[in-house]
Amino acid sequence: MLLRGSRAAGPWGRLPPSWLLFLLAACAARASEITFELPDNAKQCFYEEIAQGTKCTLEFQVITGGHYDVDCRLEDPDGIVLYKEMKKQYDSFTFTASRNGTYKFCFSNEFSTFTHKTVYFDFQVGEDPPLFPSENRVTALTQMESACVSIHEALKSVIDYQTHFRLREAQGRSRAEDLNTRVAYWSIGEAIILLVVSIGQVFLLKSFFSDKRTTTTRVGS
Amino acid sequence: LALYFHSGEREEKCIIEDVPSDTLVIGNYKVQRWDIHKQDFLESAPGLGMIVTVTSPSAEVLLSKLYGPQGTFSFTSYLSGEHVICLQSNSTRFVAFAGSKLRIHLDIRVGEHFLDESVVQAKDKVDEVNFRLEHLIEEIHHVSKEQNYEREREEKFRKTSEETNSNILWWAIVQTLILISIGIWQIKSLRDFFISKKLV
Repeated sequence: MLLRGSRAAGPWGRLPPSWLLFLLAACAARASEITFELPDNAKQCFYEEIAQGTKCTLEFQVITGGHYDVDCRLEDPDGIVLYKEMKKQYDSFTFTASRNGTYKFCFSNEFSTFTHKTVYFDFQVGEDPPLFPSENRVTALTQMESACVSIHEALKSVIDYQTHFRLREAQGRSRAEDLNTRVAYWSIGEAIILLVVSIGQVFLLKSFFSDKRTTTTRVGS
Repeated sequence: LALYFHSGEREEKCIIEDVPSDTLVIGNYKVQRWDIHKQDFLESAPGLGMIVTVTSPSAEVLLSKLYGPQGTFSFTSYLSGEHVICLQSNSTRFVAFAGSKLRIHLDIRVGEHFLDESVVQAKDKVDEVNFRLEHLIEEIHHVSKEQNYEREREEKFRKTSEETNSNILWWAIVQTLILISIGIWQIKSLRDFFISKKLV
């Protein structure tokens, strides 16, 4: 099985250590993006512990393989299915954790007999922490800080679009390469069939006439 | 280290990282072993280690080391492309051990977006904004590197499509020629055959 990477949340602000621990417990923002290869007839599950009330987003896309589709299923700690889709190429699902516990999501390629799929998913837990934390803040953000915040937000969006574009391009390229190989094999195969059939036809036809000839002479004499 | 998945004891789990060149990739992992008696994953399993292997797109091994049950590994990509990071436990127990599995927690970070947090204990406002600006500049560099890589891949994509296009055209011409020549050969051959058999 092949997996992929993670993009961690933004930097923590300048805080005294005791506050840091509190902040970690309260809003642990994480984003894990993983690209992995799912063999045929296989199922791969991932688990994550989520605190109640955290807003989470699961997004996945199939990059290579077969019809570029996969089954996906997301369950909460009680086993209740929050999201279930069969043979989807790409989807995004947002939910708020209704209780504490381990959430599980699985990707399944069990319907496929011989194609492996490469699947990418991005599981975002919680919101990203603010660039300039407001805990010990006395005054409002200065212009410099606001500018930094807007640039940061814009860059996050750019990186997000870039990732999606990269995946779509990888999928397109995979299809183009498949097409290229298929065209090559098909042309060679068809040329061979053509030659074999046409030469075979002529010899078969010749053989019909040869037989008739011998029978007519027999009847004659 | 929040996200985890299960794997067999001797199973190798691999990770693909599609990154541009000169990118730092840092991985954090923690592995736990299933204990049959306690019916739970042990908090720490002494002696259990993970062999981490990193392969570059040109199939060259960049890193191959044995780490403990918890560890951090990193590498910098020289070429742009799909790097494969594989994790395999060094367990020597028999695979037939029913119900034995590992829980692997994993966190991989691509690109150096994380400057040293100790620097953050800044003396004043200016330093803090300075620090944030440096972080933003790092992010922009990362975006720029990814775009360059994207350009390379798009070119490869375009070449493949154009090759397919010309292959199809070339094949259509060749097939027509084969058809015509086979047709002529067939008629000629049969005509000669019939003449020799005195049917015509």
